[in-house]
Amino acid sequence: MSKISINIDGREIETQEGEYILNAARANDIFIPAICYLTRCSPTLACRLCLVEADGKQVYACNAKSKEGMSVVTSTENIIKERRAIMEVYDVNHPLECGVCDQSGECELQNYTLEMGVDAQHYAVKDVDRSDIDWGHIHYNPGLCIVCERCVTACKDMIGDNSLKTVPRGADALEAEYKENMPKDAYAMWNKLNKSLIGLTSGEEMLDCTSCGECAAVCPVGALVDTHFIYTSNAWELKQIPATCGHCSAGCQINYDVKHISIENNDEKIYRVMNEWNYVSLCGAGRYGFDYQNEVKSKDEAAFANALEAFKKADTIKFTSTITNEEALLLQKLKEKFGYKLLNSEAKAFQTFLNNYSEISGTKLYGYDLEATHNANFIISVGTAIKSDNPNARYALNNSITVNKGAGLYFHPVKDPVVEGFGKSIMSVYHAPLQEEAVLYLILDLFADKEKLPSEIVSYLASFHSTKTITVEEIIKEEITEIVKVMKKNEESGEEEEVEEEKKKMVPKKVSKEVEVDENRLLEILGADEKFMENLEKNLAKKDTFALIAGPDLYTHPNSKNLARLLALIEKYSAFELTMIPNLTNTLGVALICELDEVAGSYTVGYNTKGDFTLSALGDGDLDMPAINQQEGTLTSINKRVNPTNAAIGYNGYELNDIANALGLKAELVIEYTKMLPLESGFRAEEFDNLPNHYDNDGTEHRGYLLENIATAKSGDESVAVISDEKLEGTLIYMANPVRQFTPFTYKATNLDEVSGVYMSEEFLSKSDFNEGDSVRVKSASGEIVANIVSDNKISGNIVLLPTFDSKLNTEALFSSYRFATASIERA
Amino acid sequence: MHNEHIQEHFNNRNVTELDSNYYMVDIAPYPTDGWGKFQRVIKRAFRGELFVGLWVVLREMIKFDTHTVQYPAEKMPIGPRYRAVHEMKRLWESDTERCIGCGLCEKICISNCIRIDTKLDENSRKEVSEYSINLGRCIFCGYCAEVCPELAITHGGEYENASDQREHFVMYEDMLTPLDKMKAGTQLEFEGFGAITPHEDERVKKTPLAY
Repeated sequence: MSKISINIDGREIETQEGEYILNAARANDIFIPAICYLTRCSPTLACRLCLVEADGKQVYACNAKSKEGMSVVTSTENIIKERRAIMEVYDVNHPLECGVCDQSGECELQNYTLEMGVDAQHYAVKDVDRSDIDWGHIHYNPGLCIVCERCVTACKDMIGDNSLKTVPRGADALEAEYKENMPKDAYAMWNKLNKSLIGLTSGEEMLDCTSCGECAAVCPVGALVDTHFIYTSNAWELKQIPATCGHCSAGCQINYDVKHISIENNDEKIYRVMNEWNYVSLCGAGRYGFDYQNEVKSKDEAAFANALEAFKKADTIKFTSTITNEEALLLQKLKEKFGYKLLNSEAKAFQTFLNNYSEISGTKLYGYDLEATHNANFIISVGTAIKSDNPNARYALNNSITVNKGAGLYFHPVKDPVVEGFGKSIMSVYHAPLQEEAVLYLILDLFADKEKLPSEIVSYLASFHSTKTITVEEIIKEEITEIVKVMKKNEESGEEEEVEEEKKKMVPKKVSKEVEVDENRLLEILGADEKFMENLEKNLAKKDTFALIAGPDLYTHPNSKNLARLLALIEKYSAFELTMIPNLTNTLGVALICELDEVAGSYTVGYNTKGDFTLSALGDGDLDMPAINQQEGTLTSINKRVNPTNAAIGYNGYELNDIANALGLKAELVIEYTKMLPLESGFRAEEFDNLPNHYDNDGTEHRGYLLENIATAKSGDESVAVISDEKLEGTLIYMANPVRQFTPFTYKATNLDEVSGVYMSEEFLSKSDFNEGDSVRVKSASGEIVANIVSDNKISGNIVLLPTFDSKLNTEALFSSYRFATASIERA
Repeated sequence: MHNEHIQEHFNNRNVTELDSNYYMVDIAPYPTDGWGKFQRVIKRAFRGELFVGLWVVLREMIKFDTHTVQYPAEKMPIGPRYRAVHEMKRLWESDTERCIGCGLCEKICISNCIRIDTKLDENSRKEVSEYSINLGRCIFCGYCAEVCPELAITHGGEYENASDQREHFVMYEDMLTPLDKMKAGTQLEFEGFGAITPHEDERVKKTPLAY
């Protein structure tokens, strides 16, 4: 793609060749009305408002591509007429009771009706019954729906659930005279609109999806509303607090919308979470898991004194990665001053993994981010339950497949119907746990530049290949000669007589042929199906940008060092753009800031995790701490971005900084540490208050700053160990959360109603003699737990999922460190 | 412009031209020197005007026919457009409250004295769960009544709202027309700004209907 210049309304602007006119105009602050278009998704062409004249021809700005020297006029007399008629049509039978609509004040129908100056109605059609429908966490009011299909588009092109579709409306046909008298596009748009409404793809009564709520966020009118928000507040009463979601490593931009609790209670409360949905898509945890704040009435001085006592006694601080960078730095400073051991097993694993990766790559961090994944057209995911580990990585994968016409490979032991639902061009390979090395070797084998790859690896890869002679049945066309009898006039006698004639004819024939084929034993190890190579070849056609997502399964793998080196080799010797998914919210930040230890000392202070003395933002510890939505600070995301987050609601208790100050560090506010974050890890000496948190109209992200990917010393040694034959077999358990749950913080949120327990697929349950709700004892080599069975239709296959979001369940006891384990499950 | 006649009336400020009943008051020139001032003092002091005033008082006292309004026993009638303490009206058809909880009054209030809480009720309708006006802050500007799309919040004639503290709240129930008054049909419509004017029907643009 190259830079070109086009002219819109007399303004010369620069854009990319092939960019939609609408996006080019938006990037340059030129207004073209449009309702149905969603940035990053494919054009729907439902609203037709974006009508413009390009080089004298009327086109839709949302799907017309820019060409060098193009001249665009955004409004002509005819276009104005069309737009006005379109808005009138949208207002036909639309209720006028804006006062009882939750969208009022931020409604695009209100805005455009005023913008187009609709002050009288000329059209009418008989309405059908459009009573509102409860879909569970989303409420649909068809009476307000303008069928712009933005919800359908977002669900299909971004989220990948494909839960919504258009369904027949069953309305009367439009009166014939409109066809002649109305502006043409307005009529066409109305004709389509009058035939459809939005419905559920499943045909069921309730939505059964991954419940992200993105459909309600993108709805321009009040047709789709989050059930929890209905009639609780007008949009204009809410104050937006720009923040960063604190649930996973995606670090999505969010706004906490806050208002006083009630007439009597002036304390602030979060009413909902909004996002810049054109540029970032949230998952259900981000959107609905907002009320996890730790409500503390006042400073508990006795508990604080105890905490100081505990810190004086302690030699170890154990913590989780749901803390800000500043707090991580505080802990590091405490370590430097008092010699505490810092314990955080998942961040330690990720840190070690990154260090191993650096030895070959020569950089401190992986090279790319999810934005690269969004733009790629061939994506491989390995070692992650992508939809629950990092929903944004999943959106990137789906978005690439649907919008970039991309394809992908999903390597994971747990069968995932959601990923399979992205489309036919994503091929899932469900390998056995512990076989991740084989996956990475396969990627090297398939995609690496063998000429540059170290020769030992090339020859090792070659050892997996063998030629095999197989008999294939082929259908070939064969020429045969047939003798047919035809009647012919004898020229001499003039009589008709039967003559035999030879005729040539092609007939298909089955033949067996012996052919030599290449056999790749890696495919066999991974359990890929026979057609794998054939399908892969088809899927690889026309693909030019490649992305690789590597996930947390690899970090705690017994051979994680080898995996890290293999990833570095893939990045170095193939076209794959590598992104790694950090386990938790700020795992990357912690890994970059803290020097972590492995073994605990005799007395431990726990921060958000159990210790001899526990500081907890969950409200269950010995001293209360503020949760992420009550704190200022920065979080390091998967995109290697240091994102600022703000306190949405007040907190009256003590925070970590108070303890640090009492112990001799000096900072009035914890954000004074923002500029002290370690430069040698790629952070910048930037004041917290200078960090931006917004997107430009062209989608440019202005949020915090990007970490510098510092160069590290390379060892020069690029050798990797061979595949170990170890494999987990039997009844397998996997440490992963259901979608929308990440930590005890999401579990605390009132709108996230996932139940704690042992997650089994419907397939597994039907084969076993267990039922949903049964209490079972899960026993592994390292421990055992008793919990109830939860049936989950978002997974399939035989692997049982054990979530970590419920701290009471203590599923970690079942695993040594790797996320998979073998276990026995029996009725308790 | 619909307010042309008003503008015409207000733009011409030369009252003498408008009405010939105006005339200049005959005022004698003020004294300038000391002697003149002395004369004026003597004149005013001994003219007996004091007794004229005293006689008026005495006369009215004897007559027992006073025009003084005996407040608070007596009260002056209040005009329909007077803006005193707010009232919440009910629908004539069903006696239910008119307020739909749109929150426009809360938004438009320039002294920020209105607060409204709404929720989803069991019939899937928007319900006003609480509504309060801080009369200590209210400046009785009438914007809330003007903006109300349902003619629900209006001003009433109740102006006696002195209280012993600055903050003084009225709640929804206090403002709502009592049911017995409603049943008796004595709810008064507000005629102030924001109410329906007599020619509204002629001005409305009709929407075509396909029925």
